Amino acid sequence: MDKETLNTPNINAVKTIEDNSEQNINGKKPQKSKSPFQLALRRFLKNKLAVIGVFTLIVIIAGSLSAPLLTDHSPTKSNLLMVEHPPSDEHLLGTDQSGRDNWSRLLYGSRISLIVGFSAMFFTLIIGIILGSISGYYGGKIDNIIMRFTDLILALPFLVLALTIMAIVDDISVSLFVTIIALVSWPNLTRIIRGSFLSLREQEFVLGAKAIGASDMRIIFRHMIPNIMGLIVVNATLMVAVMIIVESGLSFIGMGIPQPQPTWGNMLTEALSVRILTQHWYAWIPPGLCILITVLAINFIGDGLRDAFDPKSNQR
Amino acid sequence: MATVEEKDLIQTEQQTLVRVENLKKYFPIKGGVLKRTIGHVKAVDGVTFDIKQGETLGIVGESGSGKSTLGRAILRLLEPTDGKILFNDQDITHLRNKKLRPIRRDMQIVFQDPFASLNTKMSVEQLIEEPLIIQTDMNKKERKELVNTLLEKVGLRASDRMKYPHEFSGGQRQRISIARALAINPKFVIADEAVSALDVSIQAQVLNLMDDLQDEFGLTYLFISHDLSVVKHVSDRVGVMYLGRLVEVAPKKPIYENPLHPYTQALLSAIPDTNVDVEREKIKLEGDLPSPSNPPSGCAFRTRCPMAHERCAEVRPELQHKGDGHYVACHLYDEE
Repeated sequence: MDKETLNTPNINAVKTIEDNSEQNINGKKPQKSKSPFQLALRRFLKNKLAVIGVFTLIVIIAGSLSAPLLTDHSPTKSNLLMVEHPPSDEHLLGTDQSGRDNWSRLLYGSRISLIVGFSAMFFTLIIGIILGSISGYYGGKIDNIIMRFTDLILALPFLVLALTIMAIVDDISVSLFVTIIALVSWPNLTRIIRGSFLSLREQEFVLGAKAIGASDMRIIFRHMIPNIMGLIVVNATLMVAVMIIVESGLSFIGMGIPQPQPTWGNMLTEALSVRILTQHWYAWIPPGLCILITVLAINFIGDGLRDAFDPKSNQR
Repeated sequence: MATVEEKDLIQTEQQTLVRVENLKKYFPIKGGVLKRTIGHVKAVDGVTFDIKQGETLGIVGESGSGKSTLGRAILRLLEPTDGKILFNDQDITHLRNKKLRPIRRDMQIVFQDPFASLNTKMSVEQLIEEPLIIQTDMNKKERKELVNTLLEKVGLRASDRMKYPHEFSGGQRQRISIARALAINPKFVIADEAVSALDVSIQAQVLNLMDDLQDEFGLTYLFISHDLSVVKHVSDRVGVMYLGRLVEVAPKKPIYENPLHPYTQALLSAIPDTNVDVEREKIKLEGDLPSPSNPPSGCAFRTRCPMAHERCAEVRPELQHKGDGHYVACHLYDEE
């Protein structure tokens, strides 16, 4: 070959040094490689608050799943002879204004709160991922249409909209409730996903995937979404907390899941009366505490996930 | 190895693999309240050349001269604004994605930044296997075997298969990129600043690897770089770009020994020399690269050219043949 040699130090020498060092590493024991996901998991498990959050959430979920084992009372059956009884052996947290067992309502109520929180998050996530990735990946006209639509939804005052819909529909089921809050909460996530897609789209590994002939679907699902998985997981987790708060808030003012179905939110409704607020702590403190603890736990998990997926944000 | 004359002779008999005709890529500049197009960045502005089977064409130019845009436009990773790209005599300029897919099998690209060009969420095996999944109907076992052979071919170990990109150095990552690009046995590979981000010693390793692979698989390279010595090392022919235009194309020897275009002369005089005893005349260029959104009239280089005259501002010089495959776009060589 008549290739000119570069002005470099002895190439062969460098090669042998590198080979040696590789053999040394290999000579011991080949370390098992960790995928980026495994690395994130390890960082997550090192975060004490987040792990406490996970345990708390597990306890709450376990309690709600095993509600029938923890109480014999029906959460919906009222007993007008047993109205507003204080805590006793029979009724651990007393009874409410209609004589329903508070402990039982607290346990069964957690089901509704958690179902609403998680499924609303799930729907929002699906809408957000689909619209956000289409918008960010294709850009141009489609992007413009989707973004103007999200602007429109964002401009609607959430509470007023929710109240209006709840007022029109008289019998609100859990699924309808979830649908309504998902339909008004997707724009934020959509924007976040679109934004990261816009910046990912220009990255060389995405161009590289295009160069090997990967389809749009493959590029979106195999290359782009895994790279914003951290972002999605963090936002989804924090969203569960928001959804639980929204459910409680709406139920509290009587615009959420209607009685007699128990939720933490509508259990709090009793505290609207000053008499109960001041004298019957057992009627409203437990559901209030439950909401607080659940939301805190989820937020800790969310923060832990954020630090785990993006170690840079944790360098204080 | 053949002498330059022999090599040229062989080349003329060789088939043209890639032909680019008057290729243009303009990026719109949006402005104003209504985001209307108020101008264009002319990143690639009428480039014509061809690459013969089995040769390496080096493209040099300073930052912003449109080298990378050119490479990406040829692979249709960017939509060309105007012009024609012929691959194996087939016009691929306006092919739709579906029809383009089988052609992508034959042309691949290795990018500059080894830290951005690999998906960090995929293992080495998944990365190298992906083109095989898309482009071939090999079964899992065949793919695994091929991945192992490829890894060994580029100087990595088969046991690196399950590792992730973050566990490798820049040079090793670039080898992974090369293995990925070569997995589907392409005919044509664009190396877009493929070694610019690496240490000099690693550069040499990767360049030698690319050279070996060229011999083994009969690859054709388009080698884009700002580094004149790297281009000199790998290329058979060299093209010099300035502000989106090709100002000189010639076989390696004539262009390095007898550059015709004033810009090429200035570039070559700027290569640092280890021999301090020989006084060399350095041509210093004044000013910066003009904005590609508003290039000078006529010859784009005239604003910095020490030999510019009136005609340079009026007429844009076209590439003209000066014998032995040496093309130059400069009015100094006009024959009246």
